[in-house]
Amino acid sequence: MIPTLAGRIQTRLFLLATVGLAWTIVVVPVLPKRGAPIGDVYAATILALFVVALFGAGWELLYHAIQQYRWEKDWPILYALAEAVPEGVVAFVVVDAIVPTGPSPITFFFHFVTTWVVVWLTAIGPLRMVLLRWRFRGGRIL
Amino acid sequence: MTDADLTADLISARRWTDQDVAAARLPMIDVPLVSVGGGLGSFALVDTLRVAGIPSNAIRVLTTLDRPDQTYEYLASASQIPRHERIRSDSGSTIDNIWGFPSYALREAWNAKSIKEKMDPLLQVFLEPVFADYYTPRSGQVYESVVRESARINWNSMLVKGVVRMVRARHGGGYFSVLTPPRGWRPPPGQPPSKRIVFRSSHVHLAVGYPGVKFLDDLQAYRQAHDDFHRVVNAYEPHEYVYEELLRRPSTVLVRGSGIVATRILVRLLEDRERKGAQTTVLHLFRHYIDKPQGDDPKFRRLGRNGFAYQGFNYPKAAWGGQLKERLERLDGPGRAALIRQMGGTNTPFRREWEALLQRGRQGGWYQQWIGEVASVDPGPNGTITTTIVDPQQRSVQLAANFIIDATGLESDISEHRLLADLLSHGGASRSAFGRLEMEPSFEVAGTRNDPGRMYASGSATLGGYYAGVDSFLGLQYAALRIADDLASIGFGERIGVSRSVKEWFRWMRNAPIPG
Repeated sequence: MIPTLAGRIQTRLFLLATVGLAWTIVVVPVLPKRGAPIGDVYAATILALFVVALFGAGWELLYHAIQQYRWEKDWPILYALAEAVPEGVVAFVVVDAIVPTGPSPITFFFHFVTTWVVVWLTAIGPLRMVLLRWRFRGGRIL
Repeated sequence: MTDADLTADLISARRWTDQDVAAARLPMIDVPLVSVGGGLGSFALVDTLRVAGIPSNAIRVLTTLDRPDQTYEYLASASQIPRHERIRSDSGSTIDNIWGFPSYALREAWNAKSIKEKMDPLLQVFLEPVFADYYTPRSGQVYESVVRESARINWNSMLVKGVVRMVRARHGGGYFSVLTPPRGWRPPPGQPPSKRIVFRSSHVHLAVGYPGVKFLDDLQAYRQAHDDFHRVVNAYEPHEYVYEELLRRPSTVLVRGSGIVATRILVRLLEDRERKGAQTTVLHLFRHYIDKPQGDDPKFRRLGRNGFAYQGFNYPKAAWGGQLKERLERLDGPGRAALIRQMGGTNTPFRREWEALLQRGRQGGWYQQWIGEVASVDPGPNGTITTTIVDPQQRSVQLAANFIIDATGLESDISEHRLLADLLSHGGASRSAFGRLEMEPSFEVAGTRNDPGRMYASGSATLGGYYAGVDSFLGLQYAALRIADDLASIGFGERIGVSRSVKEWFRWMRNAPIPG
């Protein structure tokens, strides 16, 4: 992926709102919930999506700055996957602070990792089938 | 009665009427769009237009080629990329698939036999370019996929064989493309004999490829003065006999150039030495020796060492679709020319196995690097050729070799192409600050519009316009998409939207022919 800053942010928001949300709806019923009611888990996981979306603008600024030191001005797909580590930690801390009763780290972990992988896989492949010009526009959708 | 031909009046007129053509008794064929070239540039556009819903009978491809990948394969083979070797192109630059998905790496994995062969390409794209070299597809995979897609879009039904000599504007709009059919061509019964066929079309697309192979002046002079086309060869000419002779007796080869083609030649020479026992000494002559990273700005600095400038592809990746593309789009002609030179120029990809090969050669003494300007090239003793260079310390050094391979470049001036030269003199086209065709961002050739018709170009002739990687698979596809969108904006076909894109992608996956 060779994103521009605008393209990074737009792609993140678009994918979280589509495949990210759809995946969350599908996966929550089968997540290990440690006895928590499904409604609470939905609330916590959707909140996690919001946090990743909202904090994303900040993260993307950081990635964009790092990208400037790469001659190719590209963003290897390995990096895009590895972003999950710092972002996941921060998202957990924030969600945990907002929702005092949960979610359990196990629930959060399985939801976060699977959602990240699904979004990442979509971004590096099938998204192009839907948005033909996306790859020429530095990831911009609008 | 003699065969009908172009008249002096037609040749001198910048603009023709239908009556002018009829008076010359030239047979005329009407078609909405003509693509001149028939190589991968034409293929990329026609593929996109067919996906956009344009029927095959609305397009004619004027060409001397049987297959769209024919010229590419010819040049790749000569420059040491046979079908099993990997080209220098990204996994997602799928010339047979306008979406870039599934990528070459994914398809290679899908079609592989063993688990290891399935995992290798996937692992490589996952780790590239930080922990692995860039994945690149085998040329054979590219050719096979082009042949498959050609059948799907009914490519052969659109071909008309011959050489296009000129494209002239038509009074009333659109263009006349004058084709010289192959020898032995006969007009349909009832039509007068003619040496040309005129295609009257609203729109014209030019994808004529490289104007010609560029030779170093001193080597060209040597070749002509001594009538020696055997021992002084260009990397883009077939020269397999050179490698065969090198296997028979110990020899010295001088290689000139430091781009990707020079690397290919060096790799072939050194691998023949290691694997087949050739006793070849390679003298590698640099004009510009790069011994450190290029660029003072840490945010715009290219890896350089051992003589070479390194990057994955012809340009940094973001030139095809990221921030460097956007930067280029905002610049004027001279600014674009400067940035293109900065991002491009002579460079070669860094591949770990190639580096090791050159390193072993350096240590063993059979790969020697020399730096200097060539002063003269003369016949030497015992069938050798002596190249006299002036090195950086202003000393004169003589390098004797049995063969010289010129690997410095493919591109000569656009005016060496007859059609492009005519376009500059009679078609309203002009040169850009880069020296090629002045282009609009939509890949329309500036100055040639003849409403409601438009003339477009893609490929090497358009470098210096608003896109750097024009001479690449992805660049040809980008040009095709821009042209298709521009045509759609004036009512020729429809813009490919989300639903058509998805529907046509599934059709591609089923390898189902596009109707019409």
